[in-house]
Amino acid sequence: MIGIIKRYILVGTAIIAGMVILLGYFIKLPAIDSARTILLNWAIILAAVALIIGLVNLLVVHSRKIIDKKSGNVYSVILLVSFTITLLVGLISGPTSQGSLWIFNNVQVPIETSLLGILAVVLILGAVRLLYRQPTSFSLIFMIAALVILLGTVSVPWINVSWLSSARSWITRVPVVAGARGILMGVVLGTVATGLRVLIGADRPYED
Amino acid sequence: MDALTQADLGLIGLIFVLLFTLLIIAFAPLLREDSGRTLPKRRLRDISAFTKLRGAINNSVEAGQRLHLTLGRGALVGMGSASALVGLSVLGRVAQTLSLGEKGPITTSGDGTLMILSQDTTHNTYSTAGVVEKYDPSDGQLSGLTPFSYASGTLPFIYDQDSTATVMAGHFGAEAALIADASENAGNLTIAGSDNLSAQAVLLVTANEPLIGEELYAAGAYTQAGDMHTASLLAQDVIRWTLVGVILLGILLKLIGIL
Repeated sequence: MIGIIKRYILVGTAIIAGMVILLGYFIKLPAIDSARTILLNWAIILAAVALIIGLVNLLVVHSRKIIDKKSGNVYSVILLVSFTITLLVGLISGPTSQGSLWIFNNVQVPIETSLLGILAVVLILGAVRLLYRQPTSFSLIFMIAALVILLGTVSVPWINVSWLSSARSWITRVPVVAGARGILMGVVLGTVATGLRVLIGADRPYED
Repeated sequence: MDALTQADLGLIGLIFVLLFTLLIIAFAPLLREDSGRTLPKRRLRDISAFTKLRGAINNSVEAGQRLHLTLGRGALVGMGSASALVGLSVLGRVAQTLSLGEKGPITTSGDGTLMILSQDTTHNTYSTAGVVEKYDPSDGQLSGLTPFSYASGTLPFIYDQDSTATVMAGHFGAEAALIADASENAGNLTIAGSDNLSAQAVLLVTANEPLIGEELYAAGAYTQAGDMHTASLLAQDVIRWTLVGVILLGILLKLIGIL
């Protein structure tokens, strides 16, 4: 019985909160606006708390990996050490201090830039693999369009063909926009449908 | 013709949402098996990703292997929340079937709220199936908070865990390519969908079963998550064809000079 009451309270709270937020988008009333702002602020605070819980979970998982001497635990040691150093620097001297910025500019940015470089190689390999996996006319069109856009964007000294730039411009303005709008229409309808299912209590990701 | 005011746009939006809701509520009872329904059993078009997902779930149960789900970086307060909710509903269905097997699914995400919800979803599903002792909080983990730290934090789950498939459902950016490529290299089935166009483009070339456009949002209907999912799919089709009709009418009126 208590479980059923608890469920009704949870579903009711979620539906009312969702309705207030949704109505705030469409109807401009001061009462709805202020209620919406309060609810959104609560959600932001909860998301911040969830972030801390997530970080604690990350630390617990990696500590356990070190204690259990699992394979690859050296990476867990690196994670814990770098986490502690970054946290201490941030707590002692602030997130915009020289120390924090040094860590950001000399550790995080180079690592993420390297991964971006790897991403370019992965995409080229993926495109070639696509031709082997699905040797269809669509895959070929995809590859040709990608090549034209790449060559039309970058300046390669020995390839100076003016039509490449015009072709790139036409591709990005006409077929790409048309296709993207079609895909986005599907995404928007799917997003609205998913939100409405939560709003009417059909999907309950918050259920205990 | 006068330009529409903010209030007019708000009213149109509200009518659109109300109509959408009414359609979903109206279709759901008609699709129920025991309703003596007036709608024929809806035939869903074949999406090979979902057929293969069912196969991968069955293989995981039989072989006692894991299935890895990664839910992206879509915070619940933001644009990617709907795709993240889809990921959670897929997780619920996968966990339900895998509760019969030796090992459950392992979930990674790039947001704290998503991590908590993924743990909660797995816990609830095991609890309902009466196997709550199988639940381990480390089955739902936060793998990173920036796009590339999330991607690199997810890679060990693909290489080190004995998984048969990687399901990517949520909000991703271009970093999704690194995860999908790792999964392909590990010989796993990779089913991947996102609400982001850049992610969809990179997943088309890196994942062996990409979900394009609204296909991701159909996941609930294809994994038999309930009549409401099929009803919302039907409502989406009705609204889509209405919008197509309105666009074509607009083109026609513009051509003959009325607009």
